[in-house]
Amino acid sequence: MAEHDVFVIAEHLEGKLSDVTFEMLGKARSIAAMLGGRAVAVLLGHQVSALAEQLGAADQVLYLEDAGLRYFIPERAEQALRTLLQDEKPTLTMIANTSMGMDLAAALSAGLDWPLIAYCSDARAEEGKIVATSQIYGGKIAVETLSESDHTLVSVLAGVFPDADGHASKAASIHTVFGAANEGRVRFKGLTVPEAGDVDITRETLLVSVGRGIGTKDNIELVEELASNLGASLAASRPIIDSGWLPKQRQVGKSGLTVKPRLYVAVGISGAPEHLQGMKDAELIIAINSDAGAPIFEVAHYGIVADLFDIVPALSERLTEVRAK
Amino acid sequence: MNIIVPVKQVPDLVEELEINNDGTGLERDALKFKMNEWDESALEEALQLKELHGGAVTVLTVASGDVDEMLFTCVARGADRVLKITGDFEEQHDSHTAARALASAIREQPYDLILTGVQAADDLDGQVGVLLATYLGIPHISVVSGIEVEPLTRTATVHQEYAGGIMATFEVDLPAVLGVQASRAIPRYAPVSRVRQAMKTARIEEIEATTPAGAGISVRRMFKPESTGHAEMLEGDTDEIVDRVIEILRERGIMR
Amino acid sequence: MTAVEPERIHQKEVAIVAGVDISGQWNRMFEERVIWDYDTSKLDEITQIEGAESLGACYQCGKCTPVCPVDHVGDYSPRKIFRKTQMGSSLLTSPDLWLCTTCANCLRVCPKEVNMIKIMPAAREQAVLLGNAPTELSQAFENTFRYGNPLGEPARKRADWAKDAGVPVPILAHISRPVDILWFVECYPAYHPRGKDAARGLARIFHALGVDYGILGVEEKCSCDSQRLAGEKGLFEMFAEHNIKMFGKYQFNTLLTADPHALNAFKHEYPKYGGEYNVLHYTQFLAPLLDRIPFKKSLPYRVTFHDPCYLGRHNGEYEAPRRLLEAIPGIELTEMKRCKSNGYCCGGGGGGMWLDSFARPHVSERLSERRVREAVSTGADVLAVCCPYEISRFEDAVKSTGNEGKLIVRDIIELIDESMRG
Repeated sequence: MAEHDVFVIAEHLEGKLSDVTFEMLGKARSIAAMLGGRAVAVLLGHQVSALAEQLGAADQVLYLEDAGLRYFIPERAEQALRTLLQDEKPTLTMIANTSMGMDLAAALSAGLDWPLIAYCSDARAEEGKIVATSQIYGGKIAVETLSESDHTLVSVLAGVFPDADGHASKAASIHTVFGAANEGRVRFKGLTVPEAGDVDITRETLLVSVGRGIGTKDNIELVEELASNLGASLAASRPIIDSGWLPKQRQVGKSGLTVKPRLYVAVGISGAPEHLQGMKDAELIIAINSDAGAPIFEVAHYGIVADLFDIVPALSERLTEVRAK
Repeated sequence: MNIIVPVKQVPDLVEELEINNDGTGLERDALKFKMNEWDESALEEALQLKELHGGAVTVLTVASGDVDEMLFTCVARGADRVLKITGDFEEQHDSHTAARALASAIREQPYDLILTGVQAADDLDGQVGVLLATYLGIPHISVVSGIEVEPLTRTATVHQEYAGGIMATFEVDLPAVLGVQASRAIPRYAPVSRVRQAMKTARIEEIEATTPAGAGISVRRMFKPESTGHAEMLEGDTDEIVDRVIEILRERGIMR
Repeated sequence: MTAVEPERIHQKEVAIVAGVDISGQWNRMFEERVIWDYDTSKLDEITQIEGAESLGACYQCGKCTPVCPVDHVGDYSPRKIFRKTQMGSSLLTSPDLWLCTTCANCLRVCPKEVNMIKIMPAAREQAVLLGNAPTELSQAFENTFRYGNPLGEPARKRADWAKDAGVPVPILAHISRPVDILWFVECYPAYHPRGKDAARGLARIFHALGVDYGILGVEEKCSCDSQRLAGEKGLFEMFAEHNIKMFGKYQFNTLLTADPHALNAFKHEYPKYGGEYNVLHYTQFLAPLLDRIPFKKSLPYRVTFHDPCYLGRHNGEYEAPRRLLEAIPGIELTEMKRCKSNGYCCGGGGGGMWLDSFARPHVSERLSERRVREAVSTGADVLAVCCPYEISRFEDAVKSTGNEGKLIVRDIIELIDESMRG
């Protein structure tokens, strides 16, 4: 049994474990220590023992080898995990708050009748019970929640925990089980990777990013001009991409790309956690937003509370003058 | 094709959010509510699929607070039926409570597909769509932005978004719950005259649910996040600010 | 040419020719002009809409084209719209539907009274119902519906501007007595930074004059006259009902506003919904009180005044603003060529405030930019305005036409206030 244990559901895509897996694993070790139990990594996949080897920071790796899970399939993964967790009954199960994690966490909560605390930026054990801090309402509000059950699930925001403790050079203790579920009601049909050719914003050193504050698609031109005058590339937050105003490759954030440029200018971006996650490690962050309470100002190095339609053209113009000299 | 769209209202983030005196929730008097933006995308997607395949779109919500105007707006946008689920619900209820109530109401309706927003800003205990699917025992796929339905084989082909623009394509047997991230068109505007007409002529059906409430968690404290750091704010008029920005860029060697 | 012998001319008392009675009239066309060569279904599509019938009266004289402000920056006029619909192009799906600012200069000169001020809202309403309104405009509708103002600002902050006025601003719900003036502040003066400057200035002027007034504060919602003209009649009616109900709670003699669009709604539309009031624009209220305004400082400005379409052409007031300007010590007033009843629109009316992004591909520059160039060419230092749409439009245009430092834009209130402050 896994009483007092903390389970981490590892996440991987195209042969690589995601950073958040290691972030969760590092945190899991400290919580497990509080509980007097083990940190266990759970890896589902097909022929991914090489990935299992990378999870040595865990006290044990439970590797579910399943030919049907070469690619992540929500229903299939959920069924396998439900059976596993039902048997093992860990005190805490950590799942990443990502596209894959979203299909797992709530499904397991309903299926196992275990509480789920979502959008976690912190978690700990208090007298054997799990307490977690979550960020909701676009990051504007924090909530500290106590789980009333002995078995809890948390979905963890990427980028909130350091990943150092999740990496280890020691050999992983791997226990392999074989899965063989029937083909279910959800079938994997393919993976689409965006064409190379458009810019890779993760490689750009200077980025100017535009958010909902820009208002309309036509106004993006103003920001494009600023980017061009700075010699920077254009990026954007989720609402701009969802509206179809810029291609997906430009999206910064949880469901987009993580960038660490030398300069990140955030124009009209409020700074919801999902966006911050994608850019908070930039070396120099300058944020322009008319709302003084916008969460972006928490991570920015310099902040300008003003109408972007005043600042952006003025800055563009000054850069043109300066470059002309 | 029968499509069900569960929706809910969330506090409008345009207003400043205040914590109540207890420190365990939001000060509700100061709140203005609006339909969850992802649910708006789900409804738009449902209306688009109805235009393609025919059928009916039914919108459901748990009756907590004043939801009528939201439901009439859904009618004005093109929903065929709107249902309010009544019962002993607190105004601020959690996703598990909502999902159980929705499941009990939905079991009594005919449906081929359930579309709901992938998430909402106040989903402390997880996303309603996935909980609902599990309670109903049907498959679910979240973060969907691309739905094609094949009525003949009763399947749907959907795109699930991962980070970095990568997308996975799945085929799913219907009925299923899809958590919509983005619709194929921006949610349509409901002209006020249509909303007012709906208020006069449309009927909100009611269905009772006696499902249990609670998600096994209790909020100890709600607070505005402490800033671990804060930006240095640049002051002055536009020119002064622009000057300072150029100075900073020079200092950091980003500009000569 | 041989003249006709007088004996051969007979004037008949009664003359019926081919079944048509032309008695006493001998140079008019009596039968409907039969259009053989065109499919008139697209024209009928418009003329069948209630309110848009007058489009069919156009006989292509072209008097509207040189006075249409949009034609100066594009290719547009009521005549052209008629021609296109006559040739089979649907107005309801054309960008032309959204370029008209309802400035009424065409109506002023049209011999057949083709009324764009009625045609546009009627046709646009159909387009809105079909879901074809441009995105920026729909967003303004959405904001107005949800927050009571098109800027999307929180409703409960509608009276916050008054906190920094420097003088007390009475809010009717808090004072329980009748007032002389109910000052309807409107959205841009309540929320837009430059609008708030003028609102505060007017409060100070009222205070100096001892005017007995009150404002509705958070009970006030947008008058929606521009949204009405842009196709959202339902929204207009809903808010008219609300505002009339609020007005009904209080006793006042005059409804005053600094916003000509609200003025227009109160004078011409609200009576249809049971709201009849004595309505004044602030310039009309202050002009008779000129002697009492405590001007202190002389302002040595060369000023040119832009007539707001909705105060001037739509509501006949050209003099009051000029009298105010002339009364300010030091001010030298100079007129633009296109002034008074031929004033050139700033582009904000009829929904134009929320259609700039839509209009961009169809015009060479904004109307406000065209107008600013005209103002600069008079040699004026100051462009004076008295409508809240204008101040932000013209200030943007001063920057985008490269005239920063050459021309400043001020509401007349701001000039009076500046002179009063000494």
